[in-house]
Amino acid sequence: MSDHGKPTDHAPNPDTDAYAHESELEAHLQTKRMVINMGPSHPATHGTVRLKVELEGETIIKIDPEIGFLHRGFQKSCENVTWTQCLPYTDRLNYISAMMNNFGFLNAVEKLIGLEIPERAQYIRVIGSELHRLTDHLTCVGATGLEMGGFQPFLLGLEFRELLHDRTAELTGARLTTSFGRVGGINRDLPEGWIEKVRKTLDRGEELITEMDALLTRNRIFVDRTKGTGIINAEDAIDFGYTGPALRACGVDYDIRKTKPYWVYDRFDFDIPVGEHGDNYDRYLVRLEEMRQSIRILRQAMDTIPAGPIIVDDWRIALPPKPEVYGTIEGVMSHFKLVMEGIQVPPGEVYDSTEASNGELGWYIVSDGRGRPYKVHVRAPGFPVLAAVPHIIEGKMLADLIPTFDTINMIGGEVEQ
Amino acid sequence: MDRVSAQLPEAVVERYVDRTGGAWAVIHADHLPKVAAFLKNDPELQFKLFGSIDAVDRLHLAESDPRFEVVYFLYSLKRHEHVRLKVRVSENQPVVPTLTPLFKGANWWERLTWDFYGIRFDGHPDLRRILLYEEFQGHPLRKDYALRDRQPLIPERPIKDIFRGPGTSGLS
Repeated sequence: MSDHGKPTDHAPNPDTDAYAHESELEAHLQTKRMVINMGPSHPATHGTVRLKVELEGETIIKIDPEIGFLHRGFQKSCENVTWTQCLPYTDRLNYISAMMNNFGFLNAVEKLIGLEIPERAQYIRVIGSELHRLTDHLTCVGATGLEMGGFQPFLLGLEFRELLHDRTAELTGARLTTSFGRVGGINRDLPEGWIEKVRKTLDRGEELITEMDALLTRNRIFVDRTKGTGIINAEDAIDFGYTGPALRACGVDYDIRKTKPYWVYDRFDFDIPVGEHGDNYDRYLVRLEEMRQSIRILRQAMDTIPAGPIIVDDWRIALPPKPEVYGTIEGVMSHFKLVMEGIQVPPGEVYDSTEASNGELGWYIVSDGRGRPYKVHVRAPGFPVLAAVPHIIEGKMLADLIPTFDTINMIGGEVEQ
Repeated sequence: MDRVSAQLPEAVVERYVDRTGGAWAVIHADHLPKVAAFLKNDPELQFKLFGSIDAVDRLHLAESDPRFEVVYFLYSLKRHEHVRLKVRVSENQPVVPTLTPLFKGANWWERLTWDFYGIRFDGHPDLRRILLYEEFQGHPLRKDYALRDRQPLIPERPIKDIFRGPGTSGLS
């Protein structure tokens, strides 16, 4: 570090600059550059990201994230299957909040067809999305606590997440890879007594969140590690394409649920928490508050959910009811055509976005009218967020990398498609 | 968009509105940085939030010349709307000027587009593959790249049922 320690405005003086310090403890240690390799499977790189870190002492000089270990050819796979068959692939984008990906994709396809889905289906989509927003934020906040050395917040987070997974499993049949919803609505209605169970889960969840809050927010170690580290200012964040909690932590009030409400989000009363400094601590606080707002939305949605159909009554898009399939020739034909040929989405293109847990989940979809997507582009919110990590962390300490990596909550599945 | 046409009439090749009401502009490749800079810096527009970049291979579409379309999405926090830009490039010369000096976020998206479509971005500081490995041959999202054309770095164990699941390309 001897080169860096010297003031440059005058000629070097060996008696004062590099050699004679007031205290031996203040003197710069001789260091040499070292390249270390973090990942691809490191406990703190959620997912599999390899970070090539160039260090000088503990300062990060250069960092090069190498991604792609989870690349599965999402787009290519989607281009070769029918529209409905794409749905399981979308689960695996953000596997912590799969329903939001399902519904985001379906929303874009419905927009391309020009389809309005039934009101009850819209409510169920809001409920599903908010449940999974909770699981995503819980994982993120819990893991942040864990990697700052606190095991308890992680366990509390996981307890709530387990409860939510149970509710998800009752609703969709799967804990993680839900493949829930179909083009035109939802494939199955809420189970009986489910809403009551969710209410109980949310009551317990609120207690757990309060406890997490109490354990972390004023915890000296946690605050020291997160406050003032991993800072990105609003201008850079926008330039990189930050969205979601990471952008809102910089003080930019942008949430698609408010600016361009889709489904029935405009009927609910909820707030968008906005941070100020754009550091790790603000990102953590924004997520914590968003969980409370999600619970608010869920309660309102469950109070006001209307009865009615859950999928459009159009046999070119939705499978006909089973009695029709077994009883009428039209039913059989529609069923057969839908299963074998898929939904005939008219040619065209659309860019549409929804607010996923980590930000704007955008879909650019092209159809050529042959029953398969011609192009499925996904704008994963985690991609720009990860792209900015070198910008945030270069010149900072190695220890800041871990909280930063936690709070931006990059999900390998969506970043690496 | 009207302002873009008025300000830089030579840059806009075509404008249209898609079926869902999204406004598109097809931009001449040479003028792309100018148009993007205008969209970003004009005080009325302020399309500052970087959306994404991707490409479409139009090989099998009715209208397939020039072959590639590079699409850009930007968002304005002031006007609360997206802008959708397209640049058409041919197969022989798939080169588009880079937007990295203008938007920091363009860096990785351009690498992604290079990785999967082989579209070069002129002036990009670090145009490497991003998701695939450097040894990979070809660009897999091109329509003439076969679905099961696998290029493993480590030899895969052959599996008898090659219709589904892992295995070789089916040729051996």
